[in-house]
Amino acid sequence: MTASNRQLSTQHLLGIKDLQAGDIQLIFETADNFKDVLNRPIKKVPSLRDITIANIFFENSTRTRLSFELAEKRLSADTINFAASSSSVSKGETLIDTVNNILAMKVDMIVMRHPYPGAGIFLSRHVDAQIVNAGDGAHEHPTQALLDAFSIRERLGDVSGKKVAIIGDILHSRVALSNILCLRKLGAEVMVCGPTTLIPKYISSLGVKVEYNLVNALKWCDVANMLRIQLERQDMAYFPSLREYSMLYGLNKRLLDSLDKEITIMHPGPVNRGVEITSDVADSRHSIILDQVENGVAIRMAVLYLLASKRG
Amino acid sequence: MKRSILLEGQKFQITIQRLCHQLIENHADFSDSVIVGIQPRGIYLGRRIAEELKQIPGLAAVAYGELDITFFRDDFRRKDSGLLVPSSTSMDFIVEGKKVILMDDVLWTGRTIRAAMDALQAFGRPEKIELLVLVDRRFSRQLPIEPDYIGIQVDSIDSQRVIVSWDEVDAHDRITLLTEKDN
Repeated sequence: MTASNRQLSTQHLLGIKDLQAGDIQLIFETADNFKDVLNRPIKKVPSLRDITIANIFFENSTRTRLSFELAEKRLSADTINFAASSSSVSKGETLIDTVNNILAMKVDMIVMRHPYPGAGIFLSRHVDAQIVNAGDGAHEHPTQALLDAFSIRERLGDVSGKKVAIIGDILHSRVALSNILCLRKLGAEVMVCGPTTLIPKYISSLGVKVEYNLVNALKWCDVANMLRIQLERQDMAYFPSLREYSMLYGLNKRLLDSLDKEITIMHPGPVNRGVEITSDVADSRHSIILDQVENGVAIRMAVLYLLASKRG
Repeated sequence: MKRSILLEGQKFQITIQRLCHQLIENHADFSDSVIVGIQPRGIYLGRRIAEELKQIPGLAAVAYGELDITFFRDDFRRKDSGLLVPSSTSMDFIVEGKKVILMDDVLWTGRTIRAAMDALQAFGRPEKIELLVLVDRRFSRQLPIEPDYIGIQVDSIDSQRVIVSWDEVDAHDRITLLTEKDN
Protein backbone atom coordinates (compact mmCIF):
# COMPACT_ATOMS: atom_id res chain seq x y z
CA MET A 1 0.00 0.00 0.00
CA THR A 2 1.23 3.45 -0.79
CA ALA A 3 -1.14 4.79 1.85
CA SER A 4 0.79 6.48 4.60
CA ASN A 5 0.40 5.57 8.22
CA ARG A 6 -1.36 8.79 9.12
CA GLN A 7 -3.35 8.68 12.30
CA LEU A 8 -5.17 11.07 14.57
CA SER A 9 -3.01 12.22 17.46
CA THR A 10 -5.84 11.71 19.98
CA GLN A 11 -7.83 8.74 21.28
CA HIS A 12 -10.99 10.79 21.84
CA LEU A 13 -12.55 13.82 20.20
CA LEU A 14 -13.16 16.00 23.23
CA GLY A 15 -12.50 19.38 21.70
CA ILE A 16 -10.72 21.13 18.84
CA LYS A 17 -8.17 22.27 21.44
CA ASP A 18 -6.57 18.79 21.47
CA LEU A 19 -6.30 18.51 17.68
CA GLN A 20 -3.35 19.51 15.54
CA ALA A 21 -3.71 21.11 12.12
CA GLY A 22 -2.61 17.80 10.57
CA ASP A 23 -5.42 15.96 12.36
CA ILE A 24 -7.97 18.39 10.95
CA GLN A 25 -6.59 17.97 7.43
CA LEU A 26 -6.72 14.19 7.81
CA ILE A 27 -10.36 14.42 8.92
CA PHE A 28 -11.17 16.63 5.91
CA GLU A 29 -9.48 14.29 3.42
CA THR A 30 -11.30 11.30 4.87
CA ALA A 31 -14.58 13.23 4.84
CA ASP A 32 -14.08 13.97 1.12
CA ASN A 33 -14.16 10.22 0.53
CA PHE A 34 -17.21 9.72 2.70
CA LYS A 35 -19.03 12.55 0.96
CA ASP A 36 -18.39 10.64 -2.25
CA VAL A 37 -19.85 7.49 -0.63
CA LEU A 38 -22.94 9.46 0.44
CA ASN A 39 -23.65 10.42 -3.16
CA ARG A 40 -23.68 6.82 -4.41
CA PRO A 41 -26.82 4.75 -5.01
CA ILE A 42 -25.85 2.61 -1.99
CA LYS A 43 -24.66 4.96 0.72
CA LYS A 44 -23.15 2.47 3.08
CA VAL A 45 -19.74 0.96 3.79
CA PRO A 46 -18.98 -1.95 6.14
CA SER A 47 -15.94 -0.43 7.94
CA LEU A 48 -17.37 -0.29 11.48
CA ARG A 49 -19.50 -3.43 11.38
CA ASP A 50 -17.91 -4.76 14.57
CA ILE A 51 -18.21 -1.53 16.54
CA THR A 52 -21.07 -0.55 18.84
CA ILE A 53 -21.68 3.12 19.54
CA ALA A 54 -23.89 4.61 22.23
CA ASN A 55 -25.34 8.06 21.63
CA ILE A 56 -26.07 9.54 25.01
CA PHE A 57 -27.73 12.91 25.03
CA PHE A 58 -28.26 14.71 28.32
CA GLU A 59 -29.47 17.75 26.41
CA ASN A 60 -31.94 18.16 23.57
CA SER A 61 -30.69 17.90 20.02
CA THR A 62 -32.24 17.07 16.68
CA ARG A 63 -29.66 17.80 14.01
CA THR A 64 -26.55 16.61 15.81
CA ARG A 65 -28.16 13.41 17.10
CA LEU A 66 -29.64 12.50 13.72
CA SER A 67 -26.40 13.37 11.97
CA PHE A 68 -24.33 11.17 14.31
CA GLU A 69 -26.83 8.34 14.10
CA LEU A 70 -26.89 8.47 10.32
CA ALA A 71 -23.08 8.61 10.18
CA GLU A 72 -22.88 5.53 12.41
CA LYS A 73 -25.40 3.64 10.31
CA ARG A 74 -23.66 4.53 7.04
CA LEU A 75 -20.52 2.99 8.54
CA SER A 76 -22.46 -0.15 9.52
CA ALA A 77 -21.87 0.36 13.27
CA ASP A 78 -24.47 -0.88 15.75
CA THR A 79 -26.04 2.01 17.62
CA ILE A 80 -28.00 2.51 20.79
CA ASN A 81 -29.65 5.77 21.75
CA PHE A 82 -30.18 7.14 25.16
CA ALA A 83 -31.95 10.30 26.16
CA ALA A 84 -31.46 11.44 29.72
CA SER A 85 -35.03 12.57 30.15
CA SER A 86 -36.35 8.99 29.96
CA SER A 87 -33.60 7.26 31.92
CA SER A 88 -32.31 6.38 35.36
CA VAL A 89 -30.46 9.69 35.47
CA SER A 90 -33.71 11.12 36.79
CA LYS A 91 -33.50 8.51 39.58
CA GLY A 92 -30.15 9.94 40.73
CA GLU A 93 -27.58 7.75 38.97
CA THR A 94 -24.16 9.37 38.50
CA LEU A 95 -22.67 9.98 35.06
CA ILE A 96 -19.86 7.43 35.55
CA ASP A 97 -22.30 4.77 36.74
CA THR A 98 -24.63 5.41 33.84
CA VAL A 99 -21.83 5.15 31.31
CA ASN A 100 -20.20 2.10 32.94
CA ASN A 101 -23.54 0.32 32.86
CA ILE A 102 -23.78 1.04 29.15
CA LEU A 103 -20.20 -0.12 28.62
CA ALA A 104 -20.92 -3.37 30.50
CA MET A 105 -23.15 -4.20 27.55
CA LYS A 106 -20.00 -4.18 25.35
CA VAL A 107 -20.14 -0.75 23.81
CA ASP A 108 -16.97 0.58 22.14
CA MET A 109 -17.59 4.28 21.65
CA ILE A 110 -19.65 6.95 23.34
CA VAL A 111 -21.05 10.02 21.61
CA MET A 112 -22.15 12.39 24.36
CA ARG A 113 -23.85 15.71 24.69
CA HIS A 114 -24.00 17.13 28.18
CA PRO A 115 -25.03 20.49 29.64
CA TYR A 116 -21.87 20.74 31.78
CA PRO A 117 -18.62 22.02 30.26
CA GLY A 118 -15.87 19.40 30.43
CA ALA A 119 -18.24 16.45 30.94
CA GLY A 120 -16.57 14.56 28.09
CA ILE A 121 -13.08 15.21 29.42
CA PHE A 122 -14.14 14.02 32.87
CA LEU A 123 -15.67 10.87 31.40
CA SER A 124 -12.63 10.08 29.27
CA ARG A 125 -10.52 9.90 32.42
CA HIS A 126 -12.82 7.51 34.24
CA VAL A 127 -14.22 5.05 31.73
CA ASP A 128 -12.67 2.70 29.22
CA ALA A 129 -14.25 3.81 25.96
CA GLN A 130 -13.57 6.32 23.24
CA ILE A 131 -15.52 9.53 23.75
CA VAL A 132 -16.79 11.86 21.06
CA ASN A 133 -17.99 15.18 22.41
CA ALA A 134 -21.25 16.21 20.75
CA GLY A 135 -21.39 19.45 22.72
CA ASP A 136 -20.58 20.07 26.39
CA GLY A 137 -22.33 23.11 27.83
CA ALA A 138 -20.80 26.38 26.66
CA HIS A 139 -17.40 24.74 26.17
CA GLU A 140 -16.84 22.94 22.83
CA HIS A 141 -18.75 21.37 19.94
CA PRO A 142 -15.88 19.98 17.86
CA THR A 143 -17.77 18.21 15.06
CA GLN A 144 -19.76 21.38 14.35
CA ALA A 145 -16.55 23.40 14.00
CA LEU A 146 -15.06 20.74 11.74
CA LEU A 147 -18.07 20.68 9.45
CA ASP A 148 -18.18 24.49 9.38
CA ALA A 149 -14.53 24.71 8.33
CA PHE A 150 -15.06 21.83 5.87
CA SER A 151 -17.98 23.74 4.31
CA ILE A 152 -15.86 26.90 4.00
CA ARG A 153 -13.11 24.84 2.35
CA GLU A 154 -15.67 23.36 -0.05
CA ARG A 155 -17.15 26.75 -0.96
CA LEU A 156 -14.01 28.91 -1.06
CA GLY A 157 -11.37 26.29 -1.89
CA ASP A 158 -9.33 26.82 1.22
CA VAL A 159 -9.69 27.97 4.82
CA SER A 160 -6.24 29.44 5.23
CA GLY A 161 -6.15 33.21 4.77
CA LYS A 162 -9.95 33.57 4.72
CA LYS A 163 -11.66 36.11 6.96
CA VAL A 164 -14.45 34.65 9.04
CA ALA A 165 -16.75 36.70 11.26
CA ILE A 166 -18.65 34.87 14.00
CA ILE A 167 -21.63 36.98 14.88
CA GLY A 168 -24.04 36.81 17.80
CA ASP A 169 -23.99 35.21 21.22
CA ILE A 170 -20.30 34.41 21.68
CA LEU A 171 -20.55 34.14 25.46
CA HIS A 172 -22.84 31.10 25.61
CA SER A 173 -21.73 29.48 22.41
CA ARG A 174 -19.72 26.26 22.26
CA VAL A 175 -19.92 26.57 18.49
CA ALA A 176 -18.07 29.90 18.67
CA LEU A 177 -15.22 28.58 20.81
CA SER A 178 -14.70 25.44 18.73
CA ASN A 179 -14.94 27.45 15.52
CA ILE A 180 -12.37 30.00 16.69
CA LEU A 181 -9.89 27.27 17.66
CA CYS A 182 -10.47 25.29 14.47
CA LEU A 183 -10.25 28.25 12.09
CA ARG A 184 -7.15 29.64 13.80
CA LYS A 185 -5.41 26.25 13.53
CA LEU A 186 -6.20 26.22 9.82
CA GLY A 187 -4.77 29.71 9.33
CA ALA A 188 -7.95 31.75 8.91
CA GLU A 189 -8.47 35.19 10.39
CA VAL A 190 -11.34 35.31 12.84
CA MET A 191 -13.46 38.18 14.13
CA VAL A 192 -16.20 37.96 16.72
CA CYS A 193 -19.05 40.45 16.67
CA GLY A 194 -22.00 40.97 18.99
CA PRO A 195 -23.35 43.09 21.81
CA THR A 196 -20.76 43.92 24.50
CA THR A 197 -22.62 41.82 27.03
CA LEU A 198 -22.42 38.69 24.86
CA ILE A 199 -18.68 38.90 24.13
CA PRO A 200 -16.36 37.40 26.75
CA LYS A 201 -13.97 39.96 28.20
CA TYR A 202 -10.68 38.22 27.31
CA ILE A 203 -11.75 36.64 24.00
CA SER A 204 -9.00 38.52 22.11
CA SER A 205 -6.44 36.30 23.89
CA LEU A 206 -7.54 33.56 21.47
CA GLY A 207 -6.14 35.64 18.63
CA VAL A 208 -9.42 37.02 17.33
CA LYS A 209 -10.51 40.53 16.43
CA VAL A 210 -13.45 42.01 18.33
CA GLU A 211 -16.03 44.24 16.69
CA TYR A 212 -19.27 45.59 18.10
CA ASN A 213 -20.68 46.96 14.86
CA LEU A 214 -22.28 44.46 12.49
CA VAL A 215 -21.75 46.55 9.34
CA ASN A 216 -18.01 46.85 10.00
CA ALA A 217 -17.77 43.09 10.58
CA LEU A 218 -19.59 42.32 7.34
CA LYS A 219 -17.39 44.71 5.38
CA TRP A 220 -14.31 42.93 6.71
CA CYS A 221 -15.26 39.31 6.30
CA ASP A 222 -15.46 36.68 3.51
CA VAL A 223 -17.71 34.43 5.56
CA ALA A 224 -20.29 35.38 8.17
CA ASN A 225 -21.25 32.65 10.63
CA MET A 226 -24.48 33.81 12.27
CA LEU A 227 -24.97 32.18 15.66
CA ARG A 228 -28.33 31.46 17.19
CA ILE A 229 -29.46 33.53 20.12
CA GLN A 230 -29.68 30.81 22.76
CA LEU A 231 -32.87 31.79 24.49
CA GLU A 232 -32.58 28.80 26.85
CA ARG A 233 -29.22 30.01 28.17
CA GLN A 234 -30.25 33.62 28.74
CA ASP A 235 -30.75 33.39 32.50
CA MET A 236 -30.47 37.16 32.78
CA ALA A 237 -31.12 39.97 30.35
CA TYR A 238 -28.05 40.47 28.18
CA PHE A 239 -29.85 42.80 25.80
CA PRO A 240 -33.06 44.84 26.14
CA SER A 241 -35.25 42.96 23.67
CA LEU A 242 -35.10 40.48 20.80
CA ARG A 243 -36.42 43.19 18.52
CA GLU A 244 -33.57 45.49 19.41
CA TYR A 245 -31.04 42.68 18.96
CA SER A 246 -32.52 41.89 15.58
CA MET A 247 -32.30 45.53 14.49
CA LEU A 248 -28.63 45.86 15.50
CA TYR A 249 -27.24 42.37 14.85
CA GLY A 250 -29.76 40.70 12.55
CA LEU A 251 -28.60 40.00 9.00
CA ASN A 252 -31.03 41.00 6.26
CA LYS A 253 -31.09 41.35 2.48
CA ARG A 254 -30.76 45.15 2.53
CA LEU A 255 -27.57 44.95 4.60
CA LEU A 256 -26.15 42.25 2.37
CA ASP A 257 -26.92 44.24 -0.79
CA SER A 258 -25.23 47.34 0.63
CA LEU A 259 -21.86 45.51 0.66
CA ASP A 260 -19.67 45.87 -2.42
CA LYS A 261 -18.80 42.14 -2.39
CA GLU A 262 -20.44 38.77 -1.96
CA ILE A 263 -20.01 36.99 1.34
CA THR A 264 -20.87 33.44 2.33
CA ILE A 265 -23.51 33.03 5.03
CA MET A 266 -23.43 30.19 7.55
CA HIS A 267 -25.58 29.22 10.50
CA PRO A 268 -25.16 26.21 12.80
CA GLY A 269 -28.94 25.91 13.30
CA PRO A 270 -31.58 25.85 14.48
CA VAL A 271 -32.34 29.18 12.81
CA ASN A 272 -34.44 31.78 14.62
CA ARG A 273 -35.82 33.26 11.42
CA GLY A 274 -36.29 37.00 11.74
CA VAL A 275 -33.99 37.29 14.77
CA GLU A 276 -30.31 36.75 13.81
CA ILE A 277 -31.06 36.21 10.13
CA THR A 278 -34.03 36.95 7.88
CA SER A 279 -35.64 34.32 5.66
CA ASP A 280 -34.57 35.93 2.38
CA VAL A 281 -30.92 35.72 3.48
CA ALA A 282 -31.17 32.24 4.99
CA ASP A 283 -32.63 30.89 1.75
CA SER A 284 -30.43 32.89 -0.63
CA ARG A 285 -27.67 31.48 -2.82
CA HIS A 286 -25.09 33.04 -0.47
CA SER A 287 -26.24 30.76 2.30
CA ILE A 288 -24.57 27.36 2.76
CA ILE A 289 -26.70 26.39 5.76
CA LEU A 290 -27.96 23.17 4.18
CA ASP A 291 -24.51 22.27 2.82
CA GLN A 292 -23.33 22.45 6.42
CA VAL A 293 -25.95 19.88 7.41
CA GLU A 294 -25.03 17.63 4.49
CA ASN A 295 -21.32 17.86 5.27
CA GLY A 296 -22.06 17.10 8.93
CA VAL A 297 -22.71 13.45 8.18
CA ALA A 298 -19.50 13.05 6.15
CA ILE A 299 -17.41 14.79 8.84
CA ARG A 300 -18.88 12.64 11.61
CA MET A 301 -18.26 9.49 9.55
CA ALA A 302 -14.64 10.58 9.15
CA VAL A 303 -14.23 11.26 12.88
CA LEU A 304 -15.77 7.93 13.91
CA TYR A 305 -13.80 6.00 11.27
CA LEU A 306 -10.49 7.59 12.26
CA LEU A 307 -11.10 7.11 15.97
CA ALA A 308 -12.22 3.50 15.52
CA SER A 309 -9.02 2.75 13.62
CA LYS A 310 -7.11 3.58 16.81
CA ARG A 311 -8.72 0.72 18.72
CA GLY A 312 -6.21 -2.11 18.47
CA MET B 1 18.03 -7.16 -0.14
CA LYS B 2 18.24 -8.97 -3.47
CA ARG B 3 16.43 -7.53 -6.48
CA SER B 4 15.63 -9.51 -9.56
CA ILE B 5 13.86 -7.95 -12.49
CA LEU B 6 11.05 -10.11 -13.82
CA LEU B 7 9.87 -7.95 -16.68
CA GLU B 8 10.79 -4.60 -18.22
CA GLY B 9 11.23 -2.62 -21.43
CA GLN B 10 9.81 -4.01 -24.62
CA LYS B 11 8.65 -7.27 -23.04
CA PHE B 12 6.60 -5.27 -20.55
CA GLN B 13 4.94 -3.44 -23.42
CA ILE B 14 4.27 -6.69 -25.32
CA THR B 15 2.60 -8.15 -22.23
CA ILE B 16 0.31 -5.14 -21.92
CA GLN B 17 -0.63 -5.44 -25.59
CA ARG B 18 -1.28 -9.17 -25.27
CA LEU B 19 -3.65 -8.48 -22.37
CA CYS B 20 -5.46 -5.89 -24.52
CA HIS B 21 -5.94 -8.37 -27.32
CA GLN B 22 -7.17 -11.07 -24.98
CA LEU B 23 -9.74 -8.57 -23.69
CA ILE B 24 -10.88 -7.77 -27.24
CA GLU B 25 -11.38 -11.49 -27.94
CA ASN B 26 -13.91 -11.67 -25.13
CA HIS B 27 -15.44 -8.21 -25.18
CA ALA B 28 -15.40 -7.28 -28.87
CA ASP B 29 -16.44 -3.61 -28.99
CA PHE B 30 -16.74 -3.11 -25.18
CA SER B 31 -20.29 -1.78 -25.55
CA ASP B 32 -21.43 -3.78 -22.50
CA SER B 33 -18.11 -3.82 -20.69
CA VAL B 34 -16.36 -1.45 -18.33
CA ILE B 35 -12.82 -1.37 -17.01
CA VAL B 36 -12.24 -0.65 -13.32
CA GLY B 37 -8.79 -0.04 -11.86
CA ILE B 38 -8.41 -0.76 -8.14
CA GLN B 39 -6.86 1.99 -6.02
CA PRO B 40 -4.13 2.70 -5.19
CA ARG B 41 -1.81 0.79 -7.60
CA GLY B 42 -4.21 -0.94 -9.97
CA ILE B 43 -5.18 2.36 -11.55
CA TYR B 44 -1.91 2.63 -13.49
CA LEU B 45 -2.53 -0.74 -15.12
CA GLY B 46 -6.18 0.18 -15.75
CA ARG B 47 -5.27 3.53 -17.29
CA ARG B 48 -2.57 1.99 -19.47
CA ILE B 49 -4.86 -0.71 -20.81
CA ALA B 50 -7.77 1.70 -21.34
CA GLU B 51 -5.41 4.01 -23.26
CA GLU B 52 -4.05 1.17 -25.43
CA LEU B 53 -7.57 0.02 -26.23
CA LYS B 54 -8.66 3.53 -27.21
CA GLN B 55 -5.95 3.55 -29.90
CA ILE B 56 -7.70 0.67 -31.63
CA PRO B 57 -10.34 1.74 -34.19
CA GLY B 58 -13.89 1.36 -32.86
CA LEU B 59 -12.87 1.29 -29.21
CA ALA B 60 -12.49 5.02 -28.55
CA ALA B 61 -15.34 5.04 -26.04
CA VAL B 62 -14.13 2.35 -23.62
CA ALA B 63 -15.55 3.15 -20.18
CA TYR B 64 -12.95 3.38 -17.44
CA GLY B 65 -13.37 3.95 -13.69
CA GLU B 66 -11.26 3.83 -10.54
CA LEU B 67 -12.46 2.13 -7.39
CA ASP B 68 -11.23 2.67 -3.84
CA ILE B 69 -11.81 -0.32 -1.59
CA THR B 70 -10.43 0.98 1.71
CA PHE B 71 -13.76 1.00 3.54
CA PHE B 72 -14.50 -2.54 2.40
CA ARG B 73 -11.27 -4.20 3.53
CA ASP B 74 -11.50 -6.96 6.11
CA ASP B 75 -8.28 -5.97 7.88
CA PHE B 76 -9.51 -2.62 9.27
CA ARG B 77 -8.12 -2.30 12.82
CA ARG B 78 -6.06 -5.48 12.33
CA LYS B 79 -3.07 -4.19 10.43
CA ASP B 80 0.09 -3.24 12.25
CA SER B 81 0.51 -0.44 9.75
CA GLY B 82 -2.37 1.35 11.44
CA LEU B 83 -4.98 3.38 9.65
CA LEU B 84 -5.95 2.59 6.08
CA VAL B 85 -6.09 5.95 4.34
CA PRO B 86 -8.55 6.00 1.44
CA SER B 87 -7.86 7.09 -2.13
CA SER B 88 -10.46 8.55 -4.44
CA THR B 89 -13.13 6.71 -6.36
CA SER B 90 -14.23 7.94 -9.77
CA MET B 91 -16.94 5.85 -11.33
CA ASP B 92 -19.11 7.97 -13.61
CA PHE B 93 -21.19 5.04 -14.79
CA ILE B 94 -23.51 2.46 -13.24
CA VAL B 95 -22.32 -1.14 -13.56
CA GLU B 96 -25.86 -2.57 -13.56
CA GLY B 97 -26.01 -5.28 -16.26
CA LYS B 98 -22.44 -4.57 -17.42
CA LYS B 99 -19.45 -6.87 -17.67
CA VAL B 100 -16.87 -5.44 -15.30
CA ILE B 101 -13.17 -6.14 -15.72
CA LEU B 102 -11.37 -5.45 -12.44
CA MET B 103 -7.69 -4.64 -12.80
CA ASP B 104 -4.93 -4.74 -10.21
CA ASP B 105 -1.17 -4.87 -10.49
CA VAL B 106 -0.42 -7.83 -8.22
CA LEU B 107 -2.73 -10.66 -7.14
CA TRP B 108 -1.49 -12.23 -3.93
CA THR B 109 -3.88 -13.31 -1.15
CA GLY B 110 -7.03 -12.35 -3.03
CA ARG B 111 -8.38 -10.22 -0.19
CA THR B 112 -8.21 -6.96 -2.13
CA ILE B 113 -10.26 -8.53 -4.92
CA ARG B 114 -12.88 -9.75 -2.45
CA ALA B 115 -13.16 -6.23 -1.05
CA ALA B 116 -13.35 -4.82 -4.59
CA MET B 117 -16.26 -7.11 -5.45
CA ASP B 118 -18.05 -5.86 -2.32
CA ALA B 119 -17.28 -2.22 -3.12
CA LEU B 120 -18.56 -2.68 -6.65
CA GLN B 121 -22.03 -3.62 -5.35
CA ALA B 122 -22.56 0.04 -4.43
CA PHE B 123 -22.65 0.84 -8.16
CA GLY B 124 -25.21 -1.77 -9.16
CA ARG B 125 -25.38 -5.48 -10.00
CA PRO B 126 -22.93 -6.33 -12.76
CA GLU B 127 -23.78 -9.11 -15.19
CA LYS B 128 -20.31 -10.52 -14.78
CA ILE B 129 -17.05 -9.64 -13.03
CA GLU B 130 -13.71 -10.61 -14.54
CA LEU B 131 -10.24 -10.10 -13.13
CA LEU B 132 -7.12 -8.98 -14.95
CA VAL B 133 -3.79 -8.84 -13.14
CA LEU B 134 -0.31 -8.03 -14.34
CA VAL B 135 1.39 -10.34 -11.83
CA ASP B 136 -0.14 -13.49 -10.40
CA ARG B 137 1.72 -14.71 -7.32
CA ARG B 138 0.77 -18.36 -7.62
CA PHE B 139 -0.01 -20.70 -4.71
CA SER B 140 -0.41 -17.85 -2.20
CA ARG B 141 -4.18 -17.34 -2.24
CA GLN B 142 -6.14 -17.12 1.02
CA LEU B 143 -9.50 -16.96 -0.77
CA PRO B 144 -10.90 -18.90 -3.73
CA ILE B 145 -10.18 -16.18 -6.31
CA GLU B 146 -8.45 -16.73 -9.66
CA PRO B 147 -7.71 -14.23 -12.44
CA ASP B 148 -9.16 -14.45 -15.97
CA TYR B 149 -6.25 -12.63 -17.62
CA ILE B 150 -2.67 -12.83 -16.39
CA GLY B 151 0.40 -10.80 -17.40
CA ILE B 152 3.02 -13.04 -15.82
CA GLN B 153 2.94 -15.75 -13.17
CA VAL B 154 5.45 -15.70 -10.34
CA ASP B 155 6.31 -18.38 -7.79
CA SER B 156 7.28 -16.59 -4.62
CA ILE B 157 7.33 -17.04 -0.88
CA ASP B 158 5.55 -14.83 1.66
CA SER B 159 8.63 -12.85 2.72
CA GLN B 160 9.34 -11.78 -0.87
CA ARG B 161 7.72 -8.74 -2.38
CA VAL B 162 6.66 -8.03 -5.93
CA ILE B 163 6.86 -4.37 -6.98
CA VAL B 164 5.35 -3.04 -10.19
CA SER B 165 6.77 0.35 -11.25
CA TRP B 166 5.11 2.54 -13.86
CA ASP B 167 6.64 5.00 -16.25
CA GLU B 168 4.04 7.64 -15.26
CA VAL B 169 4.96 7.72 -11.57
CA ASP B 170 8.22 5.79 -11.12
CA ALA B 171 10.05 6.78 -14.34
CA HIS B 172 10.18 3.23 -15.77
CA ASP B 173 7.98 0.22 -16.52
CA ARG B 174 9.31 -2.70 -14.51
CA ILE B 175 8.31 -5.67 -12.38
CA THR B 176 10.79 -6.44 -9.59
CA LEU B 177 10.99 -9.30 -7.11
CA LEU B 178 12.54 -8.29 -3.77
CA THR B 179 14.08 -10.95 -1.56
CA GLU B 180 15.44 -10.45 1.95
CA LYS B 181 19.19 -11.26 2.02
CA ASP B 182 19.09 -14.11 4.49
CA ASN B 183 16.66 -16.17 2.42
